Amino acid sequence: MILKGKVFKFGNDVNTDYIISGKYKFKTLDMKELARHVMEDLDPNFYEKISAGDMIVAGTNFGCGSSREQAPLAIKHAGISCVLASSFARIFYRNAINTGLPLIECDTSNIDAGDLLEVNLEKGAVINHNKGREIAIIPLPMVMLKILSDGGLIPHFQKYGTFKFE
Amino acid sequence: MGKTITEKVFSRHSGRDVRAGELVVAQVNYIMGQDGTTPLTIRAFEEMGGKINDPSRIAFVIDHSAPSPNEGVSSLHHLMRTFAREQHISLYDIGDGVCHQLIPEQGHIVPGDLVIGADSHTCTYGAINVFSTGVGSTDLAAAMISGKLWFKVPETIKVCCTGILAPGVFSKDLILHIIGDFTADGAAYCAVEFIGEAVSALDVDERFTIANMAIEMGAEAGLMQYDEKVEQWLKGRAYRKGEPVTADADAFYVDIKHYDAAALEPQLACPHTVDNVVPVSQKAGIPIHQAFIGTCTNGRLTDLRVAAHILRGKKIFPGLRLIVAPASREIYLEAMREGLIQDLVAAGAAVVTPGCGPCVGTHNGIPSDGETVISTANRNFKGRMGNSTASIYLASPATVAASALHGEITDPRPFFL
Repeated sequence: MILKGKVFKFGNDVNTDYIISGKYKFKTLDMKELARHVMEDLDPNFYEKISAGDMIVAGTNFGCGSSREQAPLAIKHAGISCVLASSFARIFYRNAINTGLPLIECDTSNIDAGDLLEVNLEKGAVINHNKGREIAIIPLPMVMLKILSDGGLIPHFQKYGTFKFE
Repeated sequence: MGKTITEKVFSRHSGRDVRAGELVVAQVNYIMGQDGTTPLTIRAFEEMGGKINDPSRIAFVIDHSAPSPNEGVSSLHHLMRTFAREQHISLYDIGDGVCHQLIPEQGHIVPGDLVIGADSHTCTYGAINVFSTGVGSTDLAAAMISGKLWFKVPETIKVCCTGILAPGVFSKDLILHIIGDFTADGAAYCAVEFIGEAVSALDVDERFTIANMAIEMGAEAGLMQYDEKVEQWLKGRAYRKGEPVTADADAFYVDIKHYDAAALEPQLACPHTVDNVVPVSQKAGIPIHQAFIGTCTNGRLTDLRVAAHILRGKKIFPGLRLIVAPASREIYLEAMREGLIQDLVAAGAAVVTPGCGPCVGTHNGIPSDGETVISTANRNFKGRMGNSTASIYLASPATVAASALHGEITDPRPFFL
């Protein structure tokens, strides 16, 4: 799958409270409703600004804090196609892959807001069209590739009834 | 080469000899979900289409919005109660307490266990020699069906704390200082073993505070040794026999850090990150609108005793609000027997239902625009308490109680001379 989108840039340590605030997430399982509030505490108009396919690009430790799976789900339902960061917090990393939100771990220091990126998930290649260069990525661990290629952990369990990595 | 606590727990639960860096599918002993995460777990479980592996190894806790503040939450609570009843899963309902107090307090876990919870502060149980870690809702559903979860066995950082904390300085101050030094991702993807005289000298209640905050330095688990204090604490609680795990003397640590606990003064995490830590003395005098004592970090009996010691026979600062949430029903009852609740209420505190509300911004004390809060919780992110224009400082129960008394950030050490 090839994803193309415009970059929205954030800093280091973007926690899951910022991605989706506790004051919303405890109330509903309606992810479309939660999506309207995604990143609201960092950028109150974020949801209005983005278009389907756009990408979140951040520094280190993206998704730190609470284990709320509503964080990757709200990002996904807002129409964001993938998140690129220099590093991801562990629980968010698992939750995103489990729910089928693609993540790319790479050096994001030379990616700027507004850049147009092209991500080839199978090849693990990222091209920055504005900078005219390809960005090297840290590939997903085998287990996560398997879950992502099954479409997430729910389809994985529907298919195998348990964890199946061989 | 010997093994760390983590390598031993994962070897035991995966049935083969494993080392840090290896991928394992391991049997879990216990599975916990709370009301912020379990509704999604139930949905994932139903979509996966499996059966519950062993309902006696699962507990749900309604603590994050308890009692329910609105209809949306009420219907999610109803979903949890119905599912738990149908599947024969234990459910702790409103007023029973905060999940990370209840799971160890009610004896569900024992040393040597591998435990997962759909809450990032599940690392709390490391204080009683349990490898426990937070996961998301879908991982939890997968474990409920299979009894297992996949892990990459983490590397371990050893944190040695020498010396004994001075009077008026507590385990919260020690862990805040360590987080400030490590930063929010300094221990990312690692387990941390906390050892040394300063840790051994702490009661189990106080050790939970340290293990609880391991996630705030990015760690997967915050582990401690099994000793006589843990053995005593588990008496009358645990319904299984544990198999304590000790690290080998020649185990490999990816890093070893040393801290002098004796030299430490009370610490404060300043807005808006947990690793923004300075000594309380540097910020003394900042006016406070609201103070909060409670949470899975510092809502235990020891914490309430410290707060009552400072506030007994006095009145909190005029116009300041002090909210107290005991971490469980058992703690609440014991605090009443000891007269601590009487002391705190007489001093002006508003005691709310045992639960997480004020800490996570669901209800029970959302600050107003631009207000300053001092709290015993574990997170001070912008908006954490429900208002993104409020500022939150994190400190020990002693610092919070002393600050509530004076209406400004206050070093509590004069109360412990």
